[in-house]
Amino acid sequence: MRQDTKFTNQNFRVIGSRVNRPDGMDKVTGRARYGADYDAPGQLVGLFLRSPHAHARIVSMDISRAEKLAGVKAIITADDLPDLTNGNREMLDILENSMARGRALYDGHAVAAVAASDVKTARKALKLIKVEYEQLPHVTDVDEAMQPDAPVIHDWIFTQGVNPTPKKPSNVCNRTEMGHGDVDAGFARAAHIIEKSYKTEQTHQGYIEPHACVASMGPDGSGELWVTTQGHFAYRNVCAELLGLDIAKLKVTSSEIGGGFGGKTHVWAEPIALALSRKANRPVKVVMTRDEVFRATGPASSTSIDVKIGVTKKGRIIAASAELRYADGAFPGPWAILGAMTSFACYDLKNVKTVGYDVICNRPKVAAYRAPSAPMAAFAIESTVDLAAAAVGMDAVDFRIKNAAKKGTLSSYGVTYGPIGIGPTLDAAKNHPHMKAKLKKNQGRGMACGFWFNFGGQTCSTINIAADGTVNLSVGTIDVGGSRASLSLIAAEELGIPYEHVKASVADTASLGHNDMTDGSRGTFSSGMATIVAARRAIEVMKERAAAMWDIPVDKVDWKDGHAVAKGKKNSKLAPLSLKEIAENSPNTGGPIAGHNEFVADGAGVSFASHLCDVEVDPETGATRIVRYTVIQDAGKAIHPDYVEGQFQGGAAQGIGWALNEEYIYGEDGRLQNPGFLDYRIPVCSDLPFIDTQILEIPNPDHPYGVRGVGETSIVPPLAAIGNAISNAVGLRMTHVPMSPPRILAALEAGE
Amino acid sequence: MSTSTVSTTINGDAVQFACPTDESLLDAIRNRVGLTGVKEGCGTGDCGACSITMDGRLVCSCLVLGVEANGRAIETVEGMADGDQLHPLQEKFIEHAALQCGICTPGFLIAARVLLERNPDPTEKEIRYALAGNLCRCTGYDKIVRAVQAAAKEMRKASKKRTRK
Repeated sequence: MRQDTKFTNQNFRVIGSRVNRPDGMDKVTGRARYGADYDAPGQLVGLFLRSPHAHARIVSMDISRAEKLAGVKAIITADDLPDLTNGNREMLDILENSMARGRALYDGHAVAAVAASDVKTARKALKLIKVEYEQLPHVTDVDEAMQPDAPVIHDWIFTQGVNPTPKKPSNVCNRTEMGHGDVDAGFARAAHIIEKSYKTEQTHQGYIEPHACVASMGPDGSGELWVTTQGHFAYRNVCAELLGLDIAKLKVTSSEIGGGFGGKTHVWAEPIALALSRKANRPVKVVMTRDEVFRATGPASSTSIDVKIGVTKKGRIIAASAELRYADGAFPGPWAILGAMTSFACYDLKNVKTVGYDVICNRPKVAAYRAPSAPMAAFAIESTVDLAAAAVGMDAVDFRIKNAAKKGTLSSYGVTYGPIGIGPTLDAAKNHPHMKAKLKKNQGRGMACGFWFNFGGQTCSTINIAADGTVNLSVGTIDVGGSRASLSLIAAEELGIPYEHVKASVADTASLGHNDMTDGSRGTFSSGMATIVAARRAIEVMKERAAAMWDIPVDKVDWKDGHAVAKGKKNSKLAPLSLKEIAENSPNTGGPIAGHNEFVADGAGVSFASHLCDVEVDPETGATRIVRYTVIQDAGKAIHPDYVEGQFQGGAAQGIGWALNEEYIYGEDGRLQNPGFLDYRIPVCSDLPFIDTQILEIPNPDHPYGVRGVGETSIVPPLAAIGNAISNAVGLRMTHVPMSPPRILAALEAGE
Repeated sequence: MSTSTVSTTINGDAVQFACPTDESLLDAIRNRVGLTGVKEGCGTGDCGACSITMDGRLVCSCLVLGVEANGRAIETVEGMADGDQLHPLQEKFIEHAALQCGICTPGFLIAARVLLERNPDPTEKEIRYALAGNLCRCTGYDKIVRAVQAAAKEMRKASKKRTRK
């Protein structure tokens, strides 16, 4: 049964209110249980041995002494992990990333794992494992990895997307082309052409909670996994496939999650923890160190991007092109594809072409990071857009308004837009008081726009009405930033009951149908839509129960404000029945009352933002301070405005860190030199001002409430907004992110 | 490595545990005492998620040895509320949506309480510098600073009332 999920512009009772989150109490009292806060009786400690080399053949591995150490219960190497992936190279990549298979492909790549009775024994065992490596030539820079003489990391990679497919393997795993029109003809007619090349360094999601899990399985193939994850169903499916388990026999329970930002959409230690547990027949707890988190999980791509924009005298972009080279790390990913798709998505262009190259290098396998791949592309494109505006003597905002995409625009990635928010965010930016604030010496103002697709996907929610009329809402999307509050609001809205009467939980994989991960800004969008439908189905059941209580036909029952109402003159004496009354009578009218929904949530509305930023550059040190920051973004409909603002602010802060400080620094030896929060410096409280937000609500026509995902777009504009602000402050066009003090100082000195 | 018996006070309760002399106080509190509100984000004193007070002084418990707690008074997030009455900081963190994932929250609450004990009326800048040792990756700190401001205001009001009485 497919329910209509079109936007209906209904009036809201509780949607849009700023209620307290249901998990707040547990989280301010220390009771909330995260990945590392769970123990199983008799559990062992699992630790990993990792490669100290960027690229090395594992000539031999001797685990015999470690195995004999008292207290060691299991050791896992690649030999214990047969390839069960049936030729699915992507799955084999995940397995090989979890544990090296004959070759270590990056500094930090796991080569063996130990489960022992305590941490000291486990550490001792790791030292007793003797690995003989033969170091191989390595490459960590994306441009160098594309050179013909670069060491080829995988002999099975032949560039896809070029015709004919090359006969020689290379590090370029994919070439993608997007766009429409004729860019050459467009450039030929341009009054000005701006061309610029950019580089962005690798960043990490930087969630404060390291990966952690407790795996418990027996040799019978049944098991449980407690884990911090953005997608417990996906973790279950992947682990089951890699280890040859029946999916339904692996129960995955998601802990509270201490930040993910895309980095907890991928498995790393989890399949190995399960393998250790199966081998030892004991529960195994694995908690990564911060060093392991940096060296072996996460990061986003480093990139190298060329942009070319042609404009007419009147300030219209007549042609735009970009070549984007994204480092995928040790295994192929879709990262340059996403960069190529998002590049020019903000603009209405007749002639546009983007080409993306996904490139393998000796770095960790790249994982999604909040609007993955879009911030780097936006840095390059939005920096060049500012240059194009300057070339025709136009204000940066006016220039963008003139060229902005709108309803009906054929986007650079091929879809035709419905109602979208880029124009309104730009208008709001133009009229924002921030634009009129006075700037001091060495200060400059910049702005930039950003886009993200947003996803829908497989979703399943259940509403169970308790005997006293309170309601359990079970969802299968992980709550990463307050979605239990927003989903409870939605259930309360539909059922016509107080928010406080709803208790939302993230169900384990044995209690609910499959749900895709909380990624693509889909949590509140998809589970919200599923909750609306589930609630409406529960209402249908309650109408039947009310009809039974009244002994009238169900088509004579309406639902209004949390009550069943009898229709028709004949029934005018029947007083409305509250949800509570119907629930109390449910044992006599047919038993428990529930509403379910399982579907693929379609129609995630695209999201746009415009950011304004004032910076002050210290010419003595090259340090840049954020003086003022404003995020303007289309939310479609803000279910819980506090947590929408929180997403805007959090994404902006991550973007600010990316723009100014954060980077993976690799030495000549291919080893990561800064795997810790001291040297990989994310923004601290004293680095930032208050981050102003303005929520726009341009309804998504394909969601009953008009909701668009809001989680990711906010990280897209900051890199460029700050680059543009620095340019306006000190006249430097920075082309290399992060725009850290040494880089700015060098540029200032070169300028002088 | 030898093992030592440690007698300490945690959130007002007398606690004894035995731990190896090289074990961090963070590990001892989490694994031996069972208070898991104290979080490990880095283990190197960079993130502040393991913030506690020892004799009233704000410390990263990952940089303190378990044996150093002997004879000291330790306070963790679990001891912040007074029975069913939340500390104003805890209340304001919920009201102001100052947490998203919440993993950093215990550390922020402890650090903010130390600040407000010393400086009941901090400026925004003073709040930002006092909390600069605590990393939050979700919020951009905006709502955290606002929650601390709101709690400070409420605590000043309450203390005025008390002095009037």
